[in-house]
Amino acid sequence: MSEPRLDVRKTYKLLINGAFPRSESGRSYKVFTQSGEFLANVAQGSRKDLRDAVLAARGVQAKWWASSAYNRGQVIYRLAEMAESRRDELAVHVGAAEGLRAPEAFASVARAIDRIVWYAGWTDKITQVYGGANPVAGPFFNFSLPTPSGVVAVLASQESSLEGFVDAVLAPIAAGNTVVALASELRPTPAVLLGEMSATSDFPAGVLNIITGVTSELAPTLASHEEIDGIDLAGVGVDQASELNVIAAGSIKRVFRPRQNDTDPTRRLRAFIETSTVWHTIGQ
Amino acid sequence: MTEMDEPELTNSRLGSLEYDPAPESTAIAHFRPSYGIFIDGRFTDPSSHEQFVSLNPANEEVLATVAQSSREDVDRAVASARHAYDTVWSRTSGPERAKYLFRIARLIQERARELAVVETLDNGKPIRESRDVDVPLSAAHFFYYAGWADKLGYAGFGPDPRPIGVAGQIIPWNFPLLMAAWKLAPALAAGNTCVLKPAETTSLSALLLAEILQQADLPPGVVNIITGDGASGAALVDHPGVDKIAFTGSTEVGRLIQQRVAPSQKRLTLELGGKGANIVFDDAPIDEMIEGIIDGIFFNQGHVCCAGSRLLVQESIADEVLRRLVRRMEQLRVGDPMDKNTDVGAINSAAQLARIRELSSFGESEGATRYTSSCMLPDKGYWFAPTVFANVSQSHRIAREEIFGPVLSVLTFRTPEEAVVKANNTNYGLACGVWSEKGSRTLWVAQRLRAGVIWANTYNKFDPSSPFGGVRESGFGREGGRHGLEAYLDV
Repeated sequence: MSEPRLDVRKTYKLLINGAFPRSESGRSYKVFTQSGEFLANVAQGSRKDLRDAVLAARGVQAKWWASSAYNRGQVIYRLAEMAESRRDELAVHVGAAEGLRAPEAFASVARAIDRIVWYAGWTDKITQVYGGANPVAGPFFNFSLPTPSGVVAVLASQESSLEGFVDAVLAPIAAGNTVVALASELRPTPAVLLGEMSATSDFPAGVLNIITGVTSELAPTLASHEEIDGIDLAGVGVDQASELNVIAAGSIKRVFRPRQNDTDPTRRLRAFIETSTVWHTIGQ
Repeated sequence: MTEMDEPELTNSRLGSLEYDPAPESTAIAHFRPSYGIFIDGRFTDPSSHEQFVSLNPANEEVLATVAQSSREDVDRAVASARHAYDTVWSRTSGPERAKYLFRIARLIQERARELAVVETLDNGKPIRESRDVDVPLSAAHFFYYAGWADKLGYAGFGPDPRPIGVAGQIIPWNFPLLMAAWKLAPALAAGNTCVLKPAETTSLSALLLAEILQQADLPPGVVNIITGDGASGAALVDHPGVDKIAFTGSTEVGRLIQQRVAPSQKRLTLELGGKGANIVFDDAPIDEMIEGIIDGIFFNQGHVCCAGSRLLVQESIADEVLRRLVRRMEQLRVGDPMDKNTDVGAINSAAQLARIRELSSFGESEGATRYTSSCMLPDKGYWFAPTVFANVSQSHRIAREEIFGPVLSVLTFRTPEEAVVKANNTNYGLACGVWSEKGSRTLWVAQRLRAGVIWANTYNKFDPSSPFGGVRESGFGREGGRHGLEAYLDV
């Protein structure tokens, strides 16, 4: 009889600027399955970690937007490929985190992956769907281009650990923004896994940054940060969303508050798109 | 630049040529001694019976008194808008709404001269601008959105996009009638009802527009107009019966409004301040470019949120551009706004004049070189001579803060990269200009500018079909074009 093999467990870390550091604060917190069993110690990100992530996101935003829409679409599609090959692992974590039985967990993962594919196809459609030429009265060629808001903070859904996370981070990324995402506080591991997959999907470092930690501690830092242009408040309740909305107003941020049972999947895509209109003279 | 044309440039007497006065008649403008507020299709007294004066800023004479709306008045206006929404406007079909808007456009055209005179008397802007820009663009805006009212299903927001409800709209004093048109036309086309609050110093053209709405037989309560100061605006912003707030004004006030609206479910669009960079490359056609710079900063006395108030000149042509600019500035005719030859009119209010003076004084104390037009300014009224500051650095207050007056700050750059970095070195992001004969470079720069509007080899052009609005702290939402509908649809 050979002795039973001891499994190799993973350390769940942050994703900042393409690297996987522990929190600079040295803190971690315990995460449990829906049924209360210990799942992992997860890095408890600090305000300093957030600021580092914002710096990375800001630094790479122009580069991400300057790469071709075709290229951005392929990078996002590559993430779907990575997720597909690790479906089982994702399903185990989604199931544990959300208390789903295996078929439900697999279905949720499948929907999340299909959602990634959907966003991959958007990158080179946004300009045509939301932009256009304008028939101004005068000798001008006038056109409107959708452009990204810049750096978007995502407070991801607390309940929907993978599907909600995918939707919230990929909508702004597909539109050319870079993201600093706060994962579900109690169900962070599927988001951490997705972050690991993004590192092998040709995302430039800093396009997607993922922080795990205590939402109420970290959210005000994101809402007030001057280098953040927009914020998705999916992961906080009505009262905290109102408070954060007030803070976000200090720097005129674009604020997205998801609607209940929303049937329009483009609302989130449109939330962090600006319209830039160029007038050029026509003449000989 | 060539040395030999220098004496000609500096010694030109063109600017001092006498023109005979060519005043537009004021006879067409009939002001009532006092105005009530426009609620439920009628002018009514404000609850407090409190009135304040509306001055002609060019001579400080009283034009009329205007009602100060209280919280109760705002309440009545919102109730009227809600009632009209529930009982009439939400049941009025798209084609019928369209016809009302076409009617309004036509009525504005019919009464164009009267509107232009009223606007210039109340605002201080040159009659040439109110006649050729403000009023025709206002009519064009209603005409443009009229056509959308029965085609909303084709605007890209789904087959049957719904209106939001009651819109509270707060507008500034720099383009009073035009801003009313920018707010009302898309809101009504989309099926909303409105409570509009004009700026404290410029209510009269909006009140004349109310008469036009009566002539158009627009159902009572679909548009309500309440006059008053910031307190009236705050009451509108806070009112629980309002579903959407649209504000145009300073970033400072916009921030407060966003904070006040934040805890509610109200929708919000903001069109705020700017510190627009006008970027001039050394290959730009110099005559057009000088005219464009002048127009970019001195149009409407510089009371323009998208004014090209920071000139970024390529170093190799900086001396020549400055020399020509100062000469051209000297030729601007400053004075009686009612004179058809006037280029630069009166500053809109004593308060704005004080602010322009204060910020300009920092220009000198922080080390910039000041050039001010030697034009004669009238004794009465609020006036500020066109001014250019050279040798401005990015840290100067006059390069960072919105002056909202006829004051230009000139900075230099060497490379396109540097121009982009300097242009984007601001929290604002409303408009920029790029001047170059090289299309590829213009588009390269345009791609990198963080601004909602970019004018290439032109400046300060507006059109109802062209979306206008800012990024970053210049606000969010668009006015104009298909994009402008989104601000008034529940999408």
